[in-house]
Amino acid sequence: MPDTVTFKIKRQDTETSGSYWETFIIPYIPNSNVISCLMDIQANPVNAKGEEVAPVVWESNCLEEVCGACTMLINGKVHQSCSALVDKLEKPIRLEPMSKFPVVRDLTVDRSRMFDALKKVQAWVAADGYHDLGPGDRLSQSHQETAYKLSECMTCGCCVEACPQYSSDNNFLGAAAISQTRLFNMHPTAKNIADERLDTLMQEGGIADCGNAQNCVEACPKSIPLTESIAEMGRQVSGKLWRNIFKA
Amino acid sequence: MSKQRVIVIGGGLAGLAATMKMAELGMSVLVVSFLPVKRSHSVCAQGGINGAVNIKGEGDSPDIHFYDTVKGGDFLAHQPLCKDMCHEAPYIINLMDRLGVTFNRTPEGNLDFRRFGGTLYHRTAFAGATTGQQLLYALDEQVRHFEVQGLVEKMEWHEYLGAVLNDDGRCVGAVIHNLRSGEIKAEKGDAVILATGGPGLVYGRSTNSMVCTGTAVTSAYLQGAKYGNGEFIQIHPSAIPGRDKLRLMSESARGEGGRVWVPRKAGDSRKPKEIPEKERFYFLEERYPLFGNLVPRDVGAREIYDICVNDKLGVHGEMKVYLDLTHHTREFLDHRLGGILEIYEKFTGVDPREEPMEIFPAVHYSMGGIWTDYTRTDEGLIDHQSPNNQMTSITGLYAAGEADYQYHGGNRLGANSLLSCIYTGLMMSPGVLNYINNLPEAAEDIPASVYSASVKKWQESYANIKSMNGKENPYALHREMAEEMISNVLIVRENSKLKSTLDKIDEFESRWKNIKCVDTSDWSNPVPSFINQLWNMIQLSKIITKGALLRDEFRGSHYKPEFDLHQPDDFRPETYLEFEKQKEDGQIKEDEFSPDHLAYMKRFSKNNIKWLKTTIATYRNGGPEISYEAVDTSLIDPRPRKYD
Ligand SMILES: Cc1cc2nc3c(=O)[nH]c(=O)nc-3n(C[C@H](O)[C@H](O)[C@H](O)COP(=O)(O)OP(=O)(O)OC[C@H]3O[C@@H](n4cnc5c(N)ncnc54)[C@H](O)[C@@H]3O)c2cc1C
Ligand code: SF4
Ligand code: SF4
Ligand code: FES
Repeated sequence: MPDTVTFKIKRQDTETSGSYWETFIIPYIPNSNVISCLMDIQANPVNAKGEEVAPVVWESNCLEEVCGACTMLINGKVHQSCSALVDKLEKPIRLEPMSKFPVVRDLTVDRSRMFDALKKVQAWVAADGYHDLGPGDRLSQSHQETAYKLSECMTCGCCVEACPQYSSDNNFLGAAAISQTRLFNMHPTAKNIADERLDTLMQEGGIADCGNAQNCVEACPKSIPLTESIAEMGRQVSGKLWRNIFKA
Repeated sequence: MSKQRVIVIGGGLAGLAATMKMAELGMSVLVVSFLPVKRSHSVCAQGGINGAVNIKGEGDSPDIHFYDTVKGGDFLAHQPLCKDMCHEAPYIINLMDRLGVTFNRTPEGNLDFRRFGGTLYHRTAFAGATTGQQLLYALDEQVRHFEVQGLVEKMEWHEYLGAVLNDDGRCVGAVIHNLRSGEIKAEKGDAVILATGGPGLVYGRSTNSMVCTGTAVTSAYLQGAKYGNGEFIQIHPSAIPGRDKLRLMSESARGEGGRVWVPRKAGDSRKPKEIPEKERFYFLEERYPLFGNLVPRDVGAREIYDICVNDKLGVHGEMKVYLDLTHHTREFLDHRLGGILEIYEKFTGVDPREEPMEIFPAVHYSMGGIWTDYTRTDEGLIDHQSPNNQMTSITGLYAAGEADYQYHGGNRLGANSLLSCIYTGLMMSPGVLNYINNLPEAAEDIPASVYSASVKKWQESYANIKSMNGKENPYALHREMAEEMISNVLIVRENSKLKSTLDKIDEFESRWKNIKCVDTSDWSNPVPSFINQLWNMIQLSKIITKGALLRDEFRGSHYKPEFDLHQPDDFRPETYLEFEKQKEDGQIKEDEFSPDHLAYMKRFSKNNIKWLKTTIATYRNGGPEISYEAVDTSLIDPRPRKYD
């Protein structure tokens, strides 16, 4: 058993200031994960040089990989820090903020772009009202299984972080939002506006921006079949193109 | 009158349900949340949501659900609210289904239901093992739709500090702290709803998420709002030990047939699979033949405590028992429980499909919360148009979800919280709008001076926090406080220990004043907020501990062995109903009852007269003053609980 664990953390004080690396050496405690170590740093914020510094700032909530908040680069790989077990990581452990989003401070980034994408693709069921309108449609178990998998997406950003096409200078929707269009286009009532979603996918930043690199699906912690979703939406978009041609 | 709006603090299930309902009714809503609402604690809920839809043809009904809920809560819940909630539950499940929640299905395509604790019916609808996440996402999507339409505005990365009260003490807005820029300013609102969730972090490590500090409702208490039933903290029987969090192993694991056991021999060092069937003690099944592994949580947690501490049969001599699912096939388990088994595997490295899990009890939920009002109808339901519904004792300040107090009594049944959260959010909305429609003036027209005083107070308070330069690290102090709460205010409570904990809390409060604000920067600095939250957690721990100290009885999750009424083993609750009836008729025929039953019933009746009451904490002279209020038990006669 090692006595200590070393963390090298890429820090940034404000949105516009430069970044710098800081090293922390903390006592090794069995069954730690990256967040429990960040908490230890909080309780004793002293860096490897023995200087008292501001505790590292990060984002987290659920601590069980269902809220998506704590995503960061751990040894260069994007993952949730709450489920990154120290025993399984190469040391020293390097922590960096995700690179595809503006850094707010230290390991916190602003993922508003992902939530905006959900607005663009109209990821919702347009309900007539919230009063009692009886049960929803009957659905097969296999429908449920497919939809459930897609609806587990926690907007964590791993997929877009890993995607070579997603960058701060384009407006690609990204795999997560494309996969949500599949989810809503298969819902018995949300599919009433399926065509509008396809229109969005056909615009700039839409599905044509995907280069099929498949990095997204490997990065997704929830094993969401993103490339399958992208292929399915590709089919729906081509179908619509053909229909447009025949209508014209 | 100028345009009016409601401020909703918190975007978990309760906050988003209220937001979407009020937006549907045409009201503008401002949602304020620490984190993007999609990341709220509600995503952690795994097991499901209750509603007597009776898909399995078992004869289940909302009234049976109502009875189970009231009995589960040891009769401390307000019955009209519970009744109304249980009657709305089937509709709520149907609504969530319509909104796209991917609930599991039966072969015919209907919603599937599973069993949960404290009931004998299949009443729990579920979406895999992430029901809370799926429900929250559906509401989040609805609210996003309203956002696009301009009816809802969101302020994420913002923290609620306190209510703005006008000269009459009416809430006319909220003081909000921007967690990035650090700016503190007021938002005008004609009503404010606190849907800020539970307070698990008072105990440090619990099954709760990081923002569950209870700070918003404690702030309301410090401003004069009453707090109800603080001492009723639910300990969940099955959690996974962890350094940062005690991750939950959902009750659904037992709902799907999981069996709890320990080796019959103390200190048995064999691997669980090497221990033959007859040397395993399935203590819940043996002690509770009827409910078995699905006894309510308070009963389950106490039995585990008893087995481990009194009988010393805990696994490896520790406070742990086995939860065994290995008799099921992998396919079955992956389909019904995939998500939660993955969590166990991910964090312990052990595959629960192959090896029994090791679990132990952990702080999970607060039945208590900020006091709220309601208006009942003659039938014992709720008048949904009443502006009183869910209003705290501060006019215009409302609460919903885990933040409130009156649906679960002394112990919450599994899968009833997701229900109460969505229910309160939906139910209260028409009444809130009625309240607003009858106001003399819109918040928009109230002079800025009313707001500036509150803002100034909070700006000064944060400036003071930032200048704190003492010796205590706030995070380390929090750990210590939490240890104290875990040691003495948990499953088994003793007055001497509670007393010493109250003194300890006072010490923590003085040590708080010696904190060092370890980060004084202006941009995106979480430390001052945490220090403020810690102050509130200290205040809340006083409410919990003092309430526990003064309540000299055993009810629901609040167990004081000293005051156990010792129900005779062969006692049936119906006997008590007969006893009460005779009492009402004017004469108890004492010779009709066996002497030990009679003596027990007398004890029970006397105890209820004294203690079947809501605990109310009011902030006075730097601490909680405790008083008691009647509970509406007019629909189901209180009686002894029994689960075997
Ligand atoms: C692990 C786990 C599993 C569970 N499983 C189930 C289950 O299967 N079935 C069931 O019925 N119940 C379950 N529960 C209970 C249930 O999940 C919660 O009681 C419920 O989700 C609480 O919802 P809420 O809307 O009240 O608050 P939350 O979802 O906690 O949301 C609170 C909101 O308030 C915000 N907030 C808090 N304070 C502030 C502040 N000061 N300023 C600004 N914003 C603030 C937060 O950002 C968040 O948006 C479970 C609980 C846990 C811990
Ligand atoms: S397939 Fe490749 S290009 Fe397309 S979204 Fe995934 S990672 Fe990006
Ligand atoms: S698709 Fe997967 S990786 Fe992408 S945001 Fe959703 S959960 Fe994260
Ligand atoms: S904290 Fe929620 S995913 Fe890690």
